[in-house]
Order: sequence, then C-alpha cells, then structure tokens
Amino acid sequence: MIRSRTYLCLIILLLAALAGLTGWAQKTSAAFLADGLPARRQLVSVLSLTDLALWTEARYTRHPSMADLFSPFQDHPAAFDHFPAGSLMTPVGPRPTTTLHIRRLAQP
Amino acid sequence: MRYLKILEYALASLLRRPGKTCAILVVYTLMIVVLASVLFLTQALKTEATAMLAGGPQLVVQKTMAGRHELIPVAEVERLVDIPGVKEVKPRVWGYYYDALTGTNYTLQGFDTSASELSLLDGRLPREEGECAIGAGVAGSRLIHLQDDLILIDYDNIGRIFTVTGVFVSKADVLTQDLVVMPEGPLRQFFGMPESLATDLAVEVYNPNEVDTIANKIKRALPDSRPITQSELLRTYHAVFDWRGGMMLALFSSALMAFCILAWDKATGLSAGERREIGILKAVGWDTGDVLLLKLWEGLALSLLAFLSGCLIAFLLVFWWGAPLLGGILRGWSVLFPALRPTPFIDFYQLGTLAFLTIVPYVASTVIPAWRAAVTDPDEVMRAS
Repeated sequence: MIRSRTYLCLIILLLAALAGLTGWAQKTSAAFLADGLPARRQLVSVLSLTDLALWTEARYTRHPSMADLFSPFQDHPAAFDHFPAGSLMTPVGPRPTTTLHIRRLAQP
Repeated sequence: MRYLKILEYALASLLRRPGKTCAILVVYTLMIVVLASVLFLTQALKTEATAMLAGGPQLVVQKTMAGRHELIPVAEVERLVDIPGVKEVKPRVWGYYYDALTGTNYTLQGFDTSASELSLLDGRLPREEGECAIGAGVAGSRLIHLQDDLILIDYDNIGRIFTVTGVFVSKADVLTQDLVVMPEGPLRQFFGMPESLATDLAVEVYNPNEVDTIANKIKRALPDSRPITQSELLRTYHAVFDWRGGMMLALFSSALMAFCILAWDKATGLSAGERREIGILKAVGWDTGDVLLLKLWEGLALSLLAFLSGCLIAFLLVFWWGAPLLGGILRGWSVLFPALRPTPFIDFYQLGTLAFLTIVPYVASTVIPAWRAAVTDPDEVMRAS
C-alpha cells in the first residue's frame, strides 16, 4: 500500500500548495483593489488616459480603443497584420443594441 | 480500503510501463502549463485593465474626416456642453513622437496643470514650459533621471530641452511606460497645433447610465464625429485579452491537437498487453466494474497529477516570474514593453472549465476501450491478444 499512500500524500501536498497560492492570490488582488487601484485610477483620471502602454510600435496598437475602426486590419479583415501585437487582437464587429429595419411602402 | 487497493494496483500498472507513463505525464503537464498560463495571464491583464481604465473619461469624441481621425475644433466644446446631461467637456491634446535616437515611439500627453499631484510619480508634475514628467521606459531608453534634460525635436525640426521634474514609478509602468507628460500649452507649441484645435474631447456626464444616449445626441449634433464610450473602450480590452482569440490560441492549438491525437490513439484501442491483462484479471475473478474502476483510477491518477502540477507551474511562471515565455509573445515588436507584473486575479470558473476539458476526455479515453475489452469473454480476449 506504500505506492497509493505516497501518491495520495503527493496529491494532498500539491493541492495544499495550490490552495496556499490561491489564498495568496486572493489576498494580493484584494490589496491591489483596496490600495493600488485608487492611485492608478487617479493617474488615469488626471492624465485622461484611455489605453494601456503595452504595445508602442503603431498608433493602433498603442491606443486600440482610439484607433480608426479599420486600422488594425488595414489590408484585409482576415489578412495577417504587420505587427505581431495586431495578431493578438480579434476584430470586434459591430454590436448594436437596437436595429432598425426600414422598408419602402409597397406601391398601391 | 477496496479503493485504496485498486489505486495501489493502478499505480503498479502505470509503473510497469515507466517510459510510456512518463511521456504521457510530461506532455499532459506541459499542455496544462501552457493553457493555464494563457488563462492566468489574460484573466489578470483583463481584470487589471478594466479596473484601471474605468477611471478614464466616460466618453471621448473624435472628429473624423474621410474615414480617418482628425483634429477637432475646440469651439465644439460649447455645443457639447449645451447637451442636457453633459457635466464637463475638456479638450485633450496628445500625440506621438518617434525618437530616432533610440528607435522608440513615445506618447506625448498634455494635461491640465490645475491637477493635483500624483502618488505614482517620483518627483512632481510639470508646471511650466520646458518641464516634463516621463515614464520609466522613456527614462530607461534615454538613460536619464529626475532633474536631467530630455531633448526632443519639435514639428519645426528644432531641438527642445525639457527638464524632467518627475518619473513615474514602476508600479504604473503598464499605463505610463512610454509617456512624456507636459502642460497643454507647451505641448501645442511642440506639435505646432493651433489653440483652436484639440486631438479629441473628453466628456463627463452626470448620470453614467445616460452615456449611450448622450453619445447618440453628440453623433446627431456633430455628424462627422465618432463618440467612443467607456464601455466600448473596456470591451476593446476584453477583445484584446480574450484568451480564446488570436495568436496565442493559434500557437497553442497545435499542442492541444497533439494531445487530442494522443487521447484519440488511446481511445481507439488497447495494446495487446493491456488486453491480456484485462483478460487475466477477469479470469481470476475481477468483475467488469472492478476493471473499469481500475482503468478509471489509472486515468485519474495521471490526470490529477498532471493537472495539479501544471496549474502550480503555470501559477509560478505567470505571477512569480512575470510570464517569461508568454511575455515574449505578448511583447511583439514593442520596444518599450513594460515588465509584466500581473496582479493574480484568478477565475475559478475558467479553471474548472480547463479541468473539465482536459481531465474528462483523458479519463474517458482510458475507460472506454477498457470497457469494450472488459465486457467480452476473458478467454476470447486472451486468445485474441
């Protein structure tokens, strides 16, 4: 029975480690929301920022939310992008909240 | 006790084929590491981005001409302020600067000097002409520090000297890495932008629930404008970090496919040795339920070990070591990409989905062929193998 006991001990150990790390993650994210977030929101508000400074290689990767609607996929909607970061973005299609269907009145 | 004995036998059975078991365990664990890393990183970045950017303008109004973004006349502020529900409209002045010296792009951002000091700034905000605050990425690329000079070439090809009055701390890198912040007036002079124009307009409204209605009214008042609401802005980031889309999945789908082929290979048949083993077990008195339980334990033992160790490694890779492998993919061609220090936001629903999508198919692919062999006559099984 030594194998099964060793295996179960290993699983319990891994579970405990994962539970410990998850607990640490919960604590860290709660601390971020309580202490770190207000300072970052103040920065965003004072400088009136709209985007993350992750990809600085092109206008539409630096400010994806502000770019022209067709910019990220300039050549063709399904074409490979010039920049690797462009490949991370999926094209967001129009998502209207309401739609209007307009039809001509039939001729009497 | 019975289950423990069956587990003991299942482990012994796995250890009788150490090479095969090890290979499956390594591939299985690697696949979990890759998928869980993508999941952890994208979830953390998405949550962090949404939380931080919610502090930004509720509505941004751009002018468009010939389908492209144009500078907007500041005079439009008066028209927008008159729309019921609009609290405040502020022209924003910002733009880009390519630094040929270091081959990097900076974002030059103007701001209202009446603003209070920032806790994430080492030093102070610039107050007058010839001063600026910079992100850690700009400071690093130019090898400058607080109170040093930053020389930039303006629109007229004349070098301008700015004293660095503040450097954003590394905690704010994800927002400020490439920023050069200065008061609006000097930034207009630098870009050669007339006082009558702005890059876009930031609109604040009294009631956040009315943002979409006000955006519609703005579109009617200024037909050549493009109002961008905060919810659209946040949705863009959800799309960017959506783990189901894009290059990361394309890269890792090959690993997923390889694992599926492995599982399919296992599901379509047992080896001659395995069939003989099932036949012997049935011949010595094991019933079909026991054989299935044995195979279930075999699959579960391997799956649990791979899933738990894979998640543990992925967690450490992303939140402890700052995603060294995925960071490279995310970085793309960005020269000033900030060091990734994602806050560990974990979505248990996604983790549960990952467990379901990986453990269940593998266990099923172990049990189903065993069930086929176990329901046939032991004599027939042994003779066939």
